[in-house]
Amino acid sequence: MDFSIASILLLDGLTNGAIYALLGMCLVLVFTVTRIIFIPQGEFVAYGALTLAIFQTGQVPGTVWLLLILAAVAALMDLVAVWRHRGRAAPALLAALRTFLPSAVIAGISAWAAPRGLPMLLQALLTVGIVTCFGPLVYRVAYQSLAGASTLVLLIVSVGVHFAMTGLGLLFFGAEGFRNPPFWDMRLPMGPLNVSGQALVIFGMSAVLIVVLWLFFERTLYGKALRATAVNRLGARLMGISTSSAGHLTFALAAFIGALSGLLIGPTTTIFYDSGFLIGLKGFVAAVIAGLASYPGALVGALSVGVIEAFGSFWASAFKEVIVFTIILPVLLWRSLASGHSDEEH
Amino acid sequence: MTFKKTMLATLAAVALMGAAHADITVGVVQPLTGPASGLGIPVKNAIMIWPKTVAGQNIKLVVLDDASDPTAGVKAAQRLVTEDKVDVIIGSSATPVAIPMADVTAEGATPQLATSPAALPPGKDKWFFRLPQSNNVMAYAVVQQMKKQGIKTIGFLGYTDAYGELWLKAITEEAGKNGMKIVGTERFARADTSVTAQALKLTSGNPDAILIVASGSGAGMPQKAIMERGYKGKVYQTHAAATPDLMRVAGKDADGTFVVSGPAMLGAQLPDSNPSKKASLAFLEDYTKAYGAASANQFAGHGADAYTILEKAVPVALKKAQPGTPEFRAALRDAFEGMGRTVISHGVLEWTPQDHWGYTNETGVMMQVVDGKFKVIQ
Repeated sequence: MDFSIASILLLDGLTNGAIYALLGMCLVLVFTVTRIIFIPQGEFVAYGALTLAIFQTGQVPGTVWLLLILAAVAALMDLVAVWRHRGRAAPALLAALRTFLPSAVIAGISAWAAPRGLPMLLQALLTVGIVTCFGPLVYRVAYQSLAGASTLVLLIVSVGVHFAMTGLGLLFFGAEGFRNPPFWDMRLPMGPLNVSGQALVIFGMSAVLIVVLWLFFERTLYGKALRATAVNRLGARLMGISTSSAGHLTFALAAFIGALSGLLIGPTTTIFYDSGFLIGLKGFVAAVIAGLASYPGALVGALSVGVIEAFGSFWASAFKEVIVFTIILPVLLWRSLASGHSDEEH
Repeated sequence: MTFKKTMLATLAAVALMGAAHADITVGVVQPLTGPASGLGIPVKNAIMIWPKTVAGQNIKLVVLDDASDPTAGVKAAQRLVTEDKVDVIIGSSATPVAIPMADVTAEGATPQLATSPAALPPGKDKWFFRLPQSNNVMAYAVVQQMKKQGIKTIGFLGYTDAYGELWLKAITEEAGKNGMKIVGTERFARADTSVTAQALKLTSGNPDAILIVASGSGAGMPQKAIMERGYKGKVYQTHAAATPDLMRVAGKDADGTFVVSGPAMLGAQLPDSNPSKKASLAFLEDYTKAYGAASANQFAGHGADAYTILEKAVPVALKKAQPGTPEFRAALRDAFEGMGRTVISHGVLEWTPQDHWGYTNETGVMMQVVDGKFKVIQ
């Protein structure tokens, strides 16, 4: 191994690490606010990349129909819940409509736009819109009624949601993979390195997202509400913060970042309907390194996962995944020795 | 009196006809639903357009769905063996289903023509015959092409699964026979986000050729990664990558790549010297006539090939016993083993008691990607 090989590996590792970082931070966010270990995070990545790929072929992606069905189910649940609670039809219908309308609008625009061959940037925008709508709906349908359940129950629900979403992905996108065209088709020779435009887009977008997330949590009311919920659910409720709308917002953020990650990674690799799981799992390793609690920790963890993965593939490609997933063991050992006590249920 | 005579004559005629036209019952177990349905449905479609008779005997088909599920496949096979008493079972196209079915057919002493390349432990495949080609005959074609190009060193970049492992074994053996050396072995998984590191390591050893072992659209990413490293040697792909998905994903980076394939789907593209050209053309014509243009695939070819094989084996077995009896099933099994060189759309088959894969080395066809299309190398 010489310097040029090491630098190529480092670049490759950091490019993938940047994506893992986004997913790792999503997992930390979802866990701190809702106590859900969100295994299906990776599915949003696959849905994002593949929805754009189907748009590129000029067809209406199956996710559009799924969105409509899911929105209808969620609206029905809202209708029943509000009706039972208030006993009147008008507010119940209003609540249902409020759940259904945004998804219906996005689905309508998508169905109209799909055969028209719009520029890729607009298609990407629509894709992000579609997948972001999935977030709150998934929370409403699968998790909201269980919000008070134990972490273990929520984890089991996550596994179920993961399998459902992977299966639906196979139905909508088929068994073959897609590779999207790059957003920025450029090559920048730097010594032995050949930096692609897409890698720069990935680094740039990740950095921007991280800064925006930081601003969101530090400067906005919603962000502060989410942080308050993360610190103490009961306290936040006593202060008038709705934990269910905190859940919706968190899932919308998670789906948004997932979709964006999908768009970023789509041009650098072939994405299959089930690719998301492994990508999400590596984000999860990063989140665990951060103790499912610290954003900078998740960032550092994700970048090291990416770099270890790249060097692991170089030295022992057959054992690459083993190497990546084994680093979680010393980290867990160190964390449990360092903290010394367990406070998972409070 | 006359009435009695007529009756007797009729009875005799019916009995005779019964003897001459005992139906041959063919059980078909295919994944018609579930993840492998894309493989099973074409096989069933091809069987549906078989002629109605074989060697003068009516064919009675019993088609069952295994739902891509091993348990359902075993149940279906049990029903066919015990209740329908079929003479032969065709299926399944899903390897994990075909393997447990083999136990049932072996116990029931019923020959099974599997439409998937299922490996069984030695001695277990007495009643089990395979219609797809083994990797070995494909590796033979690959290495012959490499030999023509004077290649001495080969780099291997393959899936970390059974397909990759079987190919590594096959290519190591073939290359060794021809004085070539495998200089690097790198692995990746279909869902990996990057194979840059593996491509880097492999190309830094600068082998004369790199063999990529991957399937469908999964073959695109390693192809692109190797080209991005500025590799100047020859790139080879296996028969699982011989689909337009390779070019769809890899685009211009696929140009010049050598891909091995079975002959079934190539039809008119095959050189006249290829023994399977006629069978392949006939299969493609029949199938597209029934199901429309561009509907055929290699699994449909297995369905059509099964008839060609029965056409050859059934007359031999009929000499020994009547269909529907255990003796006939045993005779049919022996006929499969002893039928010798049989040309089918997927290649040239020669099953022997030792070898139930049976394709000869004439089977693999080398193609090259030229301007985004597969071209057969003459």
